[in-house]
Amino acid sequence: MIAFAIDSSPLPVPPTASGRVGGRRRRPTVLPGFGVSAAITSIVVFSMIVFPLSVLVLRAASLGPGGFLAAAWTPRARAAYAVSLGASLIAAVLSSALGLVVAWVLARIRFPGHRLLDALVDVPLALPTAVAGLVYSSLYVPKGWLGQWLVPLGIKGAYSYLGIVLVLLFVSLPFAIRVVQPVIESLDRDTEEAARILGASRLQTFLRVVLPGILPAFVTGFALSLARALGEYGSVVFISGNMPFKTEIAPVLIVSRLEEFAYAEATTVAVLLLAMSLTLLIVVNTLQQRLARNAQ
Amino acid sequence: MSIHIRTVTKHFGTFAALDDVSLDVADGSLLALLGPSGSGKTTLLRIIAGLEHADTGTIEENGADITDLHARSREVGFVFQHYALFRHMSVFENVAFGLRVRKTPDAQVRARVEELLRLVRLEGLGGRKPSQLSGGQRQRVALARAIAIRPKILLLDEPFGALDAKVRVELRQWLRRLHDEIGMTSVFVTHDQEEAFELADRVVVMNHGRIEQEGTPDEVFDQPATPFVMDFLGNVNVYHGRVENGRAFWHGIPIDYPDYPHAQARDARVYLRPHELDLSPATEVWHRPGTSLPARVVRVTRSGAVTRVACRPHGSDTELHVDVPSDTARLLTLEPGSNVAITPRRARVFLPGPEYVI
Amino acid sequence: MASRPATTDASRPIAALLVTAAVAIVGLLIVVPLVVVFAEAFALGVAAWWRALADDPDTRHAIWLSLTVAPVAVAINTVFGVAAAWLVARFRFPGRSLLISFFDVPFSVSPVVAGLAIVLIFGRQGLLGPTLAWLDWQVIFAWPGLVLATTFVTLPLVVRELIPVMEAIGPDEEMAAVSLGASGWQVFWRVTLPNIRWALLHGIVLANARAMGEFGAVYVVSGHIAGATDTMPLRVEKLFQEYRQPASMAVASVLAGLALVTLVVKFVIEHRLATEARDLERARSADGTTHDATLEAA
Repeated sequence: MIAFAIDSSPLPVPPTASGRVGGRRRRPTVLPGFGVSAAITSIVVFSMIVFPLSVLVLRAASLGPGGFLAAAWTPRARAAYAVSLGASLIAAVLSSALGLVVAWVLARIRFPGHRLLDALVDVPLALPTAVAGLVYSSLYVPKGWLGQWLVPLGIKGAYSYLGIVLVLLFVSLPFAIRVVQPVIESLDRDTEEAARILGASRLQTFLRVVLPGILPAFVTGFALSLARALGEYGSVVFISGNMPFKTEIAPVLIVSRLEEFAYAEATTVAVLLLAMSLTLLIVVNTLQQRLARNAQ
Repeated sequence: MSIHIRTVTKHFGTFAALDDVSLDVADGSLLALLGPSGSGKTTLLRIIAGLEHADTGTIEENGADITDLHARSREVGFVFQHYALFRHMSVFENVAFGLRVRKTPDAQVRARVEELLRLVRLEGLGGRKPSQLSGGQRQRVALARAIAIRPKILLLDEPFGALDAKVRVELRQWLRRLHDEIGMTSVFVTHDQEEAFELADRVVVMNHGRIEQEGTPDEVFDQPATPFVMDFLGNVNVYHGRVENGRAFWHGIPIDYPDYPHAQARDARVYLRPHELDLSPATEVWHRPGTSLPARVVRVTRSGAVTRVACRPHGSDTELHVDVPSDTARLLTLEPGSNVAITPRRARVFLPGPEYVI
Repeated sequence: MASRPATTDASRPIAALLVTAAVAIVGLLIVVPLVVVFAEAFALGVAAWWRALADDPDTRHAIWLSLTVAPVAVAINTVFGVAAAWLVARFRFPGRSLLISFFDVPFSVSPVVAGLAIVLIFGRQGLLGPTLAWLDWQVIFAWPGLVLATTFVTLPLVVRELIPVMEAIGPDEEMAAVSLGASGWQVFWRVTLPNIRWALLHGIVLANARAMGEFGAVYVVSGHIAGATDTMPLRVEKLFQEYRQPASMAVASVLAGLALVTLVVKFVIEHRLATEARDLERARSADGTTHDATLEAA
């Protein structure tokens, strides 16, 4: 028997700001806060992202096509693009390859210290780039911990192209690893077992069954590494020596021209760099969408 | 608290979820919205609650137009299909939520929450978190939370859909008892016919955004107004036949059908429910042509207390399903290949075009 | 998703080889530099380390500056992150996808480019240059510019954390709160915030680490005037340029220490997040499998 004493005192209706929506068909939202959140979001996105980048682009565009080209395509700038692209590409390739090894180990193999290794992978994400640059440079100079052995062998890690590649590798490694790792973890082991039972060797299984499965993630990781490397500034400044035509990357060129008030060159090179970055962003997003779709 | 829904239409993009729906919910009744997925029943429920907005049409509560009233001011109790309990609050705080946002004094809150926890038989569990409760217990917390604010109407969206069969049955009976005690106008959505029939005073059968039929469970089952209703409620065999002179003919067997007294013969669809057909061994019955249909048994499937016999009438390709109480089936010793005679006890006839029912 | 224990499918020797390779990669690229920072910072003893930090007024100022710029930038981005995540996760509207892609822009743009854009607006020769001069307001080469630059580069961090969590949890609880009569603020404070607190914290921690460590954008905007507009990373660079290695390492070690603390906190929070995600999954599946004894009484 359920006893339920019905208390007839009515409960107050909560006061509402918009109890009645004036005028039909205005369709208020059920969940609150659309107006406020839309206002904050659009103000911030516009004033902090759209507006500044537009100003940059317009300023560069105001030079006209001829002026733009003259400013953005100087010999020194061309060298800077080459260094930036070249070093970033090499770093991204290395990052993807080495990252695959680390990701595989983290995803598939249990060993003492597994947790620690996993946590260490995130260090480059948290460590300030200036610190990374400082330390790398001190490591590879002739008197450095590693430099003292490497320099006599002819491997100059500091004030060199190699140094640039090294720090770019440092900053981009976590991106390559963290994109591929979850994909490896969620691979269907049954298909690999099926391949082995059908007679495939380990290598064949890896090449024919596993690799196609992780290829989209691998490529995404490569693209992310590349994007990260292209924009990097802080760490490179310490280790490259910033020698124009030799070890000067595009961001360093921009800063250098800016300090000399050569706004035209600075803005045009920046716009080119921006265009490259945004293109990569679109590529990465498309890849990630396809990755998500394949995962379903 | 009575509700009047008038010509409500709702589109999601190009998909018409509700198409010109009108419905009256009497004060104090327990109404079921029954239909397959996509029929619009949940959309209608949410529009009553104010969680969705109708494109056209009005909703009235006791005569007052609440169509544009925001959900938070409608004083409805809504029980979500997956409970939507506040996962970081205790059971007590969940139930108390509606009271707290109304700035009810602490003592009052405590008294009411404890009263409700007793009502839903969860006293003592006030300190638990939702993750520590079973599904049935969570559902009862959701219910207590909804009625804590003394809503004028209680709305439940597939309240037992996510639960195990046995728990479902228990909660069903418990909900009916609760409704009888409190007497709150309630509307619930379900796709389970058994649930609708067991719980509701009135059933509304919906399909493709329209109301097919509304009535008591008996009315809807015994006098289905449309082929969809007949087909949806229970299994049915459908055949082509014809009507003339006050009779419908199915495989030559006449069935009284006074709604069509005309001499002009017309094609019709004859609906036969499996349990409204009688089976007898062909050798036994004095086979009077014109009253029973000879057939051969194809398959016998026992399902608890009911045995389904699939038969193929002589000279036909289609299968006919007959439901027979399992005890009877045992006596008849049916097996694939046996010859039987099928006699219809009842049938319904739908004419293509304006629908007629026996 | 394979739920078998991850015993290696490769043979033992190959596994050992792979593990060694992975450890070598991470060791050489990540661990060695970390060790070096602290080793060199404390090479001359703790006292010397402390003196390098405390006795130099410019270094002291740099620390103070970092501690005042970063939190402000993080605060701005937290407010933005919550608002933007709410907007994007709970509502559908034209332009939503475009807006989401805008959130990612600061991640892919070089910080130097960001800094340059700010200079082009607020610099003396910039868009607002004359206006600012007339108002006698200094943005670049001053604290406001630093905040702007730091805010830009950390913009996506909080919102990217919140969106997936809010989408995973779904709007049902908030709808329930609305149906029970809660106002907008009550819904947010009592229902939404408790549900996103760990993801929010995660985002804040990451944003803070990034904000304190930001170099490129701040470098362009600050004019790096020692004792006035040098944040800690800039101070590291200034000391490096002046060949004052030990002092540079000392400041760097503070930043590195902060990074390690960040990682530890991040690790703890991620553990919490995983637990909550697991509870979510468990709640979604098997409901009502247990016979409800509480219903039987009376």
